[in-house]
Amino acid sequence: MIIQGIAAAPGIVIGRALVKKNDQLRYERRTVGETESAAEVGRFQRSVQASLQELEAIQEKTRLGIGEEEAKIFEAHQLFLQDPDFIGSIEEKIRGEGVNAEAALEEVRDQFVLLFESMENEYMRERAADLRDVSQRVLRNLLGVKEDAESGFSDPMVLVVHDLTPSDTAQLDREKVKGFLTDIGGRTSHSAIMARTMEIPAVVGLSTVTEQVQTGDLVIVDGLEGKVHIKPDPDLIQAYEEKQRQYAEKKETWNRLVHESTVTKDGKRVELAANIGNPQEAAQALASGAEAVGLFRTEFLYMGRDQFPTEDEQFEAYKAAAQAMGGRPVVIRTLDIGGDKELSYLSLPKELNPFLGYRAIRLCLDRPELFRTQLRALLRASVYGNIKIMYPMIATLGELRRANRMLEEAKEELQRNQIPFQTDLKVGIMIEVPAAAMIADQLAKEVDFFSIGTNDLIQYMMAADRMNEQVSYLYDPYHPAVLRMIRQVIQAAHQEGKWVGMCGEMAGEEAAIPILLGLGLDEFSMSAVSILRSRHLLKQLDHSEMRAVAEHVLSMENGEEIRAYIKEQVLSKL
Amino acid sequence: MLTKSFTIQNPSGLHARPASLFVQKATSYPCNIYVIKGTKKINGKSIMGLMTLGAAKGDEIILEIDGEREQQAMDELGSLLEAVHE
Repeated sequence: MIIQGIAAAPGIVIGRALVKKNDQLRYERRTVGETESAAEVGRFQRSVQASLQELEAIQEKTRLGIGEEEAKIFEAHQLFLQDPDFIGSIEEKIRGEGVNAEAALEEVRDQFVLLFESMENEYMRERAADLRDVSQRVLRNLLGVKEDAESGFSDPMVLVVHDLTPSDTAQLDREKVKGFLTDIGGRTSHSAIMARTMEIPAVVGLSTVTEQVQTGDLVIVDGLEGKVHIKPDPDLIQAYEEKQRQYAEKKETWNRLVHESTVTKDGKRVELAANIGNPQEAAQALASGAEAVGLFRTEFLYMGRDQFPTEDEQFEAYKAAAQAMGGRPVVIRTLDIGGDKELSYLSLPKELNPFLGYRAIRLCLDRPELFRTQLRALLRASVYGNIKIMYPMIATLGELRRANRMLEEAKEELQRNQIPFQTDLKVGIMIEVPAAAMIADQLAKEVDFFSIGTNDLIQYMMAADRMNEQVSYLYDPYHPAVLRMIRQVIQAAHQEGKWVGMCGEMAGEEAAIPILLGLGLDEFSMSAVSILRSRHLLKQLDHSEMRAVAEHVLSMENGEEIRAYIKEQVLSKL
Repeated sequence: MLTKSFTIQNPSGLHARPASLFVQKATSYPCNIYVIKGTKKINGKSIMGLMTLGAAKGDEIILEIDGEREQQAMDELGSLLEAVHE
């Protein structure tokens, strides 16, 4: 049997499945007598104590293995288990209603989860997930089920779960877990990002994989195409072993390119950069062969906390990223928040169309105190490396000028206080609003570079919400309209002698790279894992040939035709 | 029993970090501590209670403290409510 999901992390695994289901924790609700209820409360308290000890150990392990921020999740979990309201209500329920501890725990948990979820803010919904996670831990201890369900299996093993909770993720044993499959999630979900970082092949969004696979079943995880084969026949296994071998070989070829520059067959030099979300990822990007950071999303500094990051906190993060990259360029995007990405402490009104609303540069220009803090931090960090500033979502010349004016003011302020910064710091903008693409010739005169953000640009051009499955057919990076607009942006920039990068998903797509090269793109920025594969491809391409190919596909009628042409006429001939 | 009213000064309200500081302090006192906002009254030693209170900047909060060292608790917890966490 084969099921299709979303390819979350590349690679192929053939192995036995371990299905982790919550129904391992099945119990019956029963009533206990008055005499027994005291013992039941004691049993509950011992489980809470055991859980607290586990959490302390996980917190330490996470702190050492993953990071300080991630470890804080487990601090919150411990606070929940010390909460007199939560713990007290459960104990009261055991005594008052004479129910067993398991039932009391779950019933009280549900009340609190409901309370958190009804608060309708992102931050509180996350707390609801934490509360479920921590309650599950206590329940497991009550039922005496061992946590380490991964043991007892021979390598390799494929973990099959409904979703990965924070504590699951933190505890994944890379030696034992060779791949994982989940019912829910998408390419950008927490578990998918973790999988790519940990280099564990994964397919997510399989909807009912936990129902379709039994523990012990042989499965094939195809993290390249997002397919899962359940109980494959010997022929298929053989075919996949071959595919696996080929992929390993390819990876080895790619890995040899880690210190090489990216030059096409006919000598055209382009830059391969990485998209990162925090300073630690800069080091990973470098190890994956990145020549630059093409997009540093600064949102992480602002999210998952309860107040704005201070100027110093930001300064340290930008400095760390710049230093990690040595003298290589680090393009830092100013705050892109608002719309669908909310901050609990920045109480923004609900909007009818968040993607078309009060977000990114619009919000920053409207909240100068917030923007100024970030600009000062960026300027201060600029002396530690090669930082470039990039404004998101620019739609008009006026916005660009206002942002630049604020940057000038920040510079003057630093100068007055004799704080050093890079005086010829380069400033660019994201091209992600069609209006900006149309006036790219005007904008190009006042910036140092462009970076095309295809994820949003396509959505705005096609007027199709990229999260809406019903209109997903319109969300097509290969649509001639999209490609023509990219060409126009690149031409406008080159006319002014400015360079153009791309930092959307499209920049790392195998079929898009030949076209983008042909259109003259100077910098390709993608997730670090795609860099070496892309370098391998670019080194086999001929720039002048791709120029002709790009011109040719631009006259085609639809994306499907274009993709097919690239596959047949370019990729298959390499 | 003491009661006193305070106004939240922190720009991001009484969210996780200030709330957990408050709870940790509250727990160190032997007295009963209640936090009242409008018609809601919650146990000041409960992180969940405090978080679900959803107190924002400018909100008026009443502390009701009863027991040993209540004056000291009132002073210390009150200043936490009015502190600005940066």
